[in-house]
Amino acid sequence: MAISKILIPTPLRQYTGKAPSVEVSGGTVREALADLVSKHPDLGKQLYAEDGKLRAFVNVYLNDEDVRYMQKEATAVADGDSISIVPSIAGGR
Amino acid sequence: MLRIDKERYEAIRRHGEETYPHECCGVLLGQMDGDTKTVKSIARAGNTRTDSAHNRYNIDPKELIRILREGRERGEVEIGFYHSHPDHPARWSPTDLAEAHWFGCSYVITSVEKGKAALTNSFELTGSDEADKKFVDEKIEVIPCGADTPVRRL
Repeated sequence: MAISKILIPTPLRQYTGKAPSVEVSGGTVREALADLVSKHPDLGKQLYAEDGKLRAFVNVYLNDEDVRYMQKEATAVADGDSISIVPSIAGGR
Repeated sequence: MLRIDKERYEAIRRHGEETYPHECCGVLLGQMDGDTKTVKSIARAGNTRTDSAHNRYNIDPKELIRILREGRERGEVEIGFYHSHPDHPARWSPTDLAEAHWFGCSYVITSVEKGKAALTNSFELTGSDEADKKFVDEKIEVIPCGADTPVRRL
């Protein structure tokens, strides 16, 4: 089982005891995120909608690549990988 | 409260003038200490909304990841974001609120009227989730350059 690090954006650190990153195990992005939520359950509702899918504004990057353009949550994770959770930054008048 | 030195404050405003009539956008990095956020660096970002840049902005998450990584190396965290409103008030819009997800961060908006920066206001995103989020007016304290730490440019 791969061990990777999930980088937590500042708005979500209140749910990880202020930890800026969390070490997780999992062979895919889905498993890694599931491990993150099992360690910090309050994160679940911030990341996932009621239908169990990742919220549309939650971008997930494996190293420097958007998993939407890979195998999405089925994307394989290797030892030492970094997963970034990046809420969208957008708006306008 | 958002503390920022005069040089960086003017740089945010100038960015909006340079991109006029399109919206500019960027990232504010620094430190949080209780209710005070202090800007140490600003990072210009590209606006990916080339389809509607006169009234929409979006920062590419990949660019943000790079900016945040470089900030971490300097011991800085993301404390907010800025963008401009061409010929529109320096106040958050319904779109700004709908698209805001960085709780606790400052959203700084500059109105740029006919190419000249007018007002710059800051709003902190408060609440605990999408259902109860709201913007709260936040004071900007502009401090003289050199009063804090040396300027770093990105």
